[in-house]
Amino acid sequence: MFDVLVIGGGHAGAEAAAGAARRGARVGLISFRVEDIGQMSCNPSIGGVGKGHLVRELDVFDGVMARAADCAAIHRRMLNRSKGSAVQGPRVQADRILYREAVQDAVTASGAQQIVGEAVELLTDGGSVSGVLLADGTRIPCRTVVIATGTFLDAQLFCGTERIAGGRRDEQAAIPLAVQLRDLGVAQRRLKTGTPPRLDGRTIDWARLAPQPSDRDGWSMSAITPEQRPPELACAIARTNVTTHSIIAANLDRSPLFAGAIEGRGPRYCPSIEDKIKRFGERDGHQIFLEPEGLTSDLVYPNGISTSLPADVQQEFVNSIAGLERCRIVRPGYAVEYEYADARQLRSTLEHQGLSGLFLAGQINGTTGYEEAAAQGLVAGLNAAALALNLEPVRFDRRTSYIGVMVDDLTLQGVTEPYRMMTARAEHRLALRADNATTRLGRAALSSGAVSVRRRDQILGHFATRETREWAETEEGRADRLYAPYIARQDREWAAVQSDTAIRIPDHLHFGSVPGLSNEAVERLERARPETIDQASRIQGITPAALAALHLAAIRRAA
Amino acid sequence: MTGPAGPVDTIYALSSGHPPAAVAVIRTSGPHAFSAAQALAGPLPRPRHAALRALHDPAGGLLDHILLLRFDSPASSTGEDVVEYQCHGGGAVVRSIIDTLAAQPGMRAAEPGEFTRRAFSNGRIDLTEAEGLADLLEAETESQRRAALLRAEGGVRRLVEGWRTRLVTLSARAEAAIDYVDDEEETAADATALAIESRALAGEMAAWLDHPRAELLKDGIRVVAAGPPNAGKSSLINALSQSERAIVTDIAGTTRDVIEIPVAIGGVPFVLVDTAGLRDSGDPIERIGVARAGSEVERSDILLWMGQPADAPQHRQLLLIHSRIDVAGREDPPEAAFSVSAVTGEGLQPLTQALIDRAQTILPGEEQIALNRRQAIDIAAASGALTESGGNDIVILADSLRRAREALDRVTGRAGVEDMLDALFGRFCLGK
Repeated sequence: MFDVLVIGGGHAGAEAAAGAARRGARVGLISFRVEDIGQMSCNPSIGGVGKGHLVRELDVFDGVMARAADCAAIHRRMLNRSKGSAVQGPRVQADRILYREAVQDAVTASGAQQIVGEAVELLTDGGSVSGVLLADGTRIPCRTVVIATGTFLDAQLFCGTERIAGGRRDEQAAIPLAVQLRDLGVAQRRLKTGTPPRLDGRTIDWARLAPQPSDRDGWSMSAITPEQRPPELACAIARTNVTTHSIIAANLDRSPLFAGAIEGRGPRYCPSIEDKIKRFGERDGHQIFLEPEGLTSDLVYPNGISTSLPADVQQEFVNSIAGLERCRIVRPGYAVEYEYADARQLRSTLEHQGLSGLFLAGQINGTTGYEEAAAQGLVAGLNAAALALNLEPVRFDRRTSYIGVMVDDLTLQGVTEPYRMMTARAEHRLALRADNATTRLGRAALSSGAVSVRRRDQILGHFATRETREWAETEEGRADRLYAPYIARQDREWAAVQSDTAIRIPDHLHFGSVPGLSNEAVERLERARPETIDQASRIQGITPAALAALHLAAIRRAA
Repeated sequence: MTGPAGPVDTIYALSSGHPPAAVAVIRTSGPHAFSAAQALAGPLPRPRHAALRALHDPAGGLLDHILLLRFDSPASSTGEDVVEYQCHGGGAVVRSIIDTLAAQPGMRAAEPGEFTRRAFSNGRIDLTEAEGLADLLEAETESQRRAALLRAEGGVRRLVEGWRTRLVTLSARAEAAIDYVDDEEETAADATALAIESRALAGEMAAWLDHPRAELLKDGIRVVAAGPPNAGKSSLINALSQSERAIVTDIAGTTRDVIEIPVAIGGVPFVLVDTAGLRDSGDPIERIGVARAGSEVERSDILLWMGQPADAPQHRQLLLIHSRIDVAGREDPPEAAFSVSAVTGEGLQPLTQALIDRAQTILPGEEQIALNRRQAIDIAAASGALTESGGNDIVILADSLRRAREALDRVTGRAGVEDMLDALFGRFCLGK
C-alpha cells in the first residue's frame, strides 16, 4: 500500500513525491507519460525576485528544483543586485532538456515509483481518501493523495479561433478527475494563463539586438554547489514598436484570451501582449527578453509577448519587431483556461478540510509559476508523509519564510487572479532574504528528517560558520548587520501582537452568531476557517472592529 | 450574547431620548427588518419615503399610527436593510411597539452602539467618522458641535485618505521597482526622489499635528494657576469659576492637591485648575501636591503665573498675574501683569476676556479639523516612519512606506496590501 500517491509529475508533483519519499514514505507518482516529469511548460527560467526566494527555501529541505536548476543553468542573473540583499533574486535560465533529466534523476533516486496512467477518480472511504482509480481500471490503494495536476483539470487551449481540450500543447486534459473534484466542491473556478510563441533562433538577427550576458560571479541556486556547470549562453533584448501595436490592436477581436468571456474579475496584471496594448496603448514599445531554450535547441522563448492571437497574426507582429523581421515561429503562443481549487478549503499543511488525506499543491491552487508550484509540492509532500506515517507536520510561518507567506495567503485569502510571489507580499521582507534561507529554515529542515546526510552536514556546517569571527564579513553577516535595527523594531511590533496568536478560535464556532460581524466578514471567515485570531486578522475584509468582535467571542467560548 | 442560529441578527432599539416625549424614533436594522415591518404595518412604502401606517400587534390590536421610513441595503445608515418607526413618544406606546418587534422572528435588542458598529463593519463610516459621531452625541457647546460635525462628516477621513492615496502611489512605485526589476524600463524608480517625496509628505502630516486637538474642545482648555504659596491662587480660581470649591485660608500650603473645576466662560469650555503653592516642604503630603502642581504646569494650555515674573516658567500661553491688589502695599503691579483682586472683583473682567481671547487662538478654528489623541498618535507614527526613510536604500524606503500606510490605516480602521497591489498594476504595464 502506498503511503502517498501523487497525481501529476510537474514541478509540484515532483517535489511532493521526492519530499514524501525523503521522509520515508512509500510513494507513487502518476503521470500521463514518464517524460512529463520535470517538464517546463512555458518560460525556461527558474527564480527571480520572490520566486528565487522560494527556490532557495525549498532547497534547505533538499527540494529538487534548486539543484536541478544549477545542473541545467545556461544563463544566470542576480536581479536587484544594486538594491540590497533583502530583495536580491537569483534567476537562471535552464536548458529544458537538462532540467527535465535532472528532475527525473532526482525523483528516481528518491525511491518514488513512477506509474504511467491517467487518474480518473479518487477513491474515498468515509471522510478519508483511500486510493486512486486509473483509466485502465487499476485501483491503487493508498493512505494519502497529493493532487498536483497543474493546468490539466478540464483545460482548454485557445489559439485564435481554435479551441481544443488540453492542458499543454499536444497533451491531453484530465477531465474525469475534474468532474469528480467539481462534485466534491474542490475545484470550481477557472483561470487563464498564456504563453508566447516559440521562435526559431536561427532566424533571429542577433547582431542587431542588445545582448544580456550572464553574471560573472559564481553563485548557485542550491546551497550545495553543483559539481559541474553547463556552458552559458547570452540572451538578448528586443522591443515591440508602434507597428507591432497597431497589428495587435487591429486583431484584438480575434484574441480569445482577451475578447472571450473571462469569468469574474480579470487579473490586474497583463496576461498577454493584447492586454498590454489595450490597457497601456500609449506606450511606444514594450521590452522583450529573448531567451534560448537550451544548448542543443534552436528554440528561443520571447519573454513578454504571451498571446492567443491567431497564428498568422502572431507571425505578422513578430516580424514587425526590429531584429525579428525574418524570424520564423516554430510553435504559436496559446492560452490555457483551467479549473482551479479554492485554497481556502485547505489547511496550512495543504490538506483539504473536507476530505482527510487529500492534499492539493501547485497551479491547481490558483498560483502561477514553477517556483510557487514546487514550494507547495514540498509542503504537501512533507505533510502527506506526516499524515501517513504519523510524523510531525511541517508548517511554514509567514514571519520566517516566503513559503509561509504563500501558504498563508492562499489558505486565508484565496485567489481571484493567478497568484505570483512578490517580495511585496512579505511584511518581513527585510528578514526574509534569498541569502539566509538556511539560517531561517535549517533547524526546521533538520527536525523534519527530510534531508540527506549531505544536506544535514551543510546545514550544521552553516550554523557553525555563523559562530566564527569571519562570519561578520560574509555577505549574509553584513546584511544581518545592515538590517538588524529594522528587524529589531519589527520584532518588537510583532511581540506586541503576539498574544493574538495564542487565542484559538473554537473549531466549530458559528461565525454567523458572533455579533458585530458584517455578512461579508461572516462569509470570508466561514470560507477560510482561521484557527487563531492572528490568522483571522490577515483575512481580507476583516476589519479591526470585526476582529475585536471575534476576539471577544473566542474568549467567551474559552471561558 | 449569542443570537439565534443563522446569519446576522436584526436589531431594534429606541433611538430617541427617554420617554415621555412628543415623538419617539425606533430603528431596526438587519435582514428581517422588512419582514418585521410588514408584519406590523402591512405593505412598506418606497425606499426613502415616509408613509403613514397603522401598527398592529399579532392579535390585530392597534398599537399606534406612525410614520414609517424604509431604507434598502446598502443605501442606509448601517448598510443593511433599515426601517424606522416614528411613533408617539409615550412610554407605554414605545414599550408596546418594541415588545411586538421583539416577538418577530430574527429580532433582538441592539447592544449599545451597535448601529454605529454595523455602519462601521459595513464600511458606511470609518473609525474617525464613528468617533466624530460619538463626539457629536456628547457635544454640549456650539464649538464642540461644529468640530464634532466636521469629524463625523468625514473631515479626518478625507484628510487621511488624501495622504494614504499618495502613500499608496509611492509604495507602488517602490514595490514595482523591486519586484518587477526585469521590466526596468517601465518601473525603474529613483530611490532618492521617492525619499524626498516621502519626507515632504511626512512634513505635511507633522504640520497637522501642531494644530489644536479635539480634546481641547471636548475636555476644555486647562487654565492652571501656579505660583508660590499664599499668592491667592485658590481665591482667584474660586472667583473665576464663581464657586467656593477651593479652600482659602491665610495659611501657606493650604492647597495640597489639584482641584479641577470645569466651567464655560463666554461659550468656551475651560477647566480651571488650582494647585499647591510651589515650595520645598518637609510635609510629605504637601510634597506630593507640589509635584502634581509641577505636572499640571507642564500640561496646562494656559498658565496663570502668580509669583515673581522672573520666576515664571517657559510657557506658550503665559499670563502674569499680580493678585491681591486690594491689600496694602501691592498697588504697584509689574508691567504686563494683570492686576486682580479676587475679593473686590477688580481686574477680573479683563482677565476673563484675556482668557477667552487666548482660547480662541488655541482652539481649533471654526472650519478647522481637529484630530483627537488617538488619531494624532497614529499620524505621528506615520510621519515618523516616513522621516526615517534611509536615504538611498529603496527596500528600507519601501518598508517605511508600508509602516506609514499601516499607521494611517489604524486611524481609519482598515488595512491591506491588496490596495497597494491594485495601484501597482493599475499604473504599470506588467505581466507575461
